[in-house]
Amino acid sequence: MGDPTVSSMVTAAPGGASTIAGIEEPVSSGAAAPERRDKPRGLWGDAWRDLRRKPLFWISATIILLLLAMAAFPGLFTSVDPTHGDLSRSREGPSADAWFGYDVQGQDVFARIIYGTRASIVVSILATVGTALIGGAIGVLGGFRGGWADALLSRIADIFFGLPFLLGAIVILFTFNTPGSNKSTLNIELLVVTALVVLSWPLSMRIMRSSVLSAKHADYVLAARALGAGSGRIIFRHLIPNCLAPLLVYSTILIGSFIGAEATLAYLGVGLRSPVISWGIMIADSQEYIRVSPQLLLFPASFVVIAVLSFVTLGEAVREALDPKLR
Amino acid sequence: MSNLTVSEPESQAQGQPTGRLLEVEDLRVEFRTQDGVAKVINGVTYHVNAGETLAVLGESGSGKSVTAQSIMGILDTPPGFVTGGQIRFHGDDMLKMDAEERRKIRGHGIAMVFQDALSALNPVYRIGFQIGEQFRIRQGMSRKDAKQRSIEMLDQVKIPHARQRINDYPHQFSGGMRQRVMIAMSLALDPEVLIADEPTTALVVTVQAQIMDLLAELQRERQMGMILITHDLGVVADVADRIAVMYAGRIVEEANVYDLYAQPAHPYTVGLLNSIPRLDEKGQELRTIKGLPPSLLKIPSGCPFHPRCPRAQQICVDEVPALRQVGPHRASACHFAEEVMAGG
Repeated sequence: MGDPTVSSMVTAAPGGASTIAGIEEPVSSGAAAPERRDKPRGLWGDAWRDLRRKPLFWISATIILLLLAMAAFPGLFTSVDPTHGDLSRSREGPSADAWFGYDVQGQDVFARIIYGTRASIVVSILATVGTALIGGAIGVLGGFRGGWADALLSRIADIFFGLPFLLGAIVILFTFNTPGSNKSTLNIELLVVTALVVLSWPLSMRIMRSSVLSAKHADYVLAARALGAGSGRIIFRHLIPNCLAPLLVYSTILIGSFIGAEATLAYLGVGLRSPVISWGIMIADSQEYIRVSPQLLLFPASFVVIAVLSFVTLGEAVREALDPKLR
Repeated sequence: MSNLTVSEPESQAQGQPTGRLLEVEDLRVEFRTQDGVAKVINGVTYHVNAGETLAVLGESGSGKSVTAQSIMGILDTPPGFVTGGQIRFHGDDMLKMDAEERRKIRGHGIAMVFQDALSALNPVYRIGFQIGEQFRIRQGMSRKDAKQRSIEMLDQVKIPHARQRINDYPHQFSGGMRQRVMIAMSLALDPEVLIADEPTTALVVTVQAQIMDLLAELQRERQMGMILITHDLGVVADVADRIAVMYAGRIVEEANVYDLYAQPAHPYTVGLLNSIPRLDEKGQELRTIKGLPPSLLKIPSGCPFHPRCPRAQQICVDEVPALRQVGPHRASACHFAEEVMAGG
């Protein structure tokens, strides 16, 4: 490495790759390239620079943005009223009028999928973020503190871990969202999110705790302490960036299972209810007609798959960007 | 280097300031494990002054690294507990300070170089960011100034093309260069004492010599006190002023380098010196010290070295030999130190 030719080769590679960025700044290229390399960047700045070069990141990010737009402004994507039913068209197949056909009630499946995005995406994203934040924070705390604090937090997590997921969710939702009560959609969504978070944070906590436990004894943490870094600095600068990857991967998978969980709860009648539309409700409604009209299941299910796949891909891309060894 | 005397423990009142930079006195550390209490450090006393290099020599498990970790305050507790003694920095006992006071000494007062630089550098940050962080946080420098200072630090440890390499990640450096980065990081805040814990063990032999030369040079330039922890007798000869030999959590001999090599005063040191392979003895069997270091869970009675010692007598089994003065500027913890020195 001491050899000058080798090190200049090493430094040349990233410099050549930054030509895309150079377009924004039309300075004379000779002086601009080293100047750009000199710019001090943090962990996230580097990760972003790396992400910009990944096609998979752009594809998944575009799909996710599209889904978010569908959730925010469903009116932009369809002019059909998703609740308008024409029984004469019940279970009609796809056509130019209705791309995905009509469901049992003669409602436009495409419009319903568009309008169903909001409930599915909002619930799954909020629940995932909540799980990652709460589980991650408790995991870092337990892993870093150790001793009795860790024992206490781990036992509490074990208690929640022991609750059967479906049964627990039914009990929570049945208590606070009694069938027949007249709660607003947002209210019910938040209740579902709370139920999902309460019942699934322990696994996130365990993942984070175990990564922190192993990273805590790494020499670079010891070295940071030996150079006078305080606990906060060690947690935020050293532990979290090095421990984030497993939690990130798990969280992206969790988004998918939460879309499914929301569907299950809706099907059981304790989650969202008609007239609110969600992908889950649509999948649940289609189950009686799977053999005669499989498209009723196929279309909402493929949206679930696409959404999950996009989030998983995005998570993977971010994880790779955060690991300098893969750059 | 006028202050080379090894003071006798009796003559020195406990806790009295002696004007020395860093002193460890009668340090005791134990590890409470499931198998029992391992007494890892059993009364270690040594000191280092500004501009002086003390080499701490010993086998694996002799407690040299644990002593360093106790000084830095990075001992893993539990299982490790400091059960007695003092660690004085500028005369103040660090073991009595609160966590915040101790933290302030780290980096500025005492810093440490770790054995394996690859694992001691955070893999997710560019090295310029890691070195510069200290300037930004501890000295409130701007990002730009911190970067400039980081480049200067890399220059000081003789990393070629410092201006470019500052943007590299730890895994992009070779072993020797990485250790230089580690040294630059430790020296960033201009510490008064540098503890180097086996800084060359993970390196190739030729690179070892370069790193040792670099450390020696930096120590001279900055007039730092340096504690060099090693198990390699060859490494210390050129660099150290004094050597403290450790065995089973005790200092068994302390002397300046020349005396120690010329006339060892402890059978263990004799064994160590004899076990260095020599070119003029080609074809002969290597002379090793028989037996193994004792289990720290069950340290032998009396002198801990007696089961392996060729001159062990009944007194060695019964009585722990104290570290006593056996000549000008030197001490030994052997009942028969004088005989050993006489070469008998």
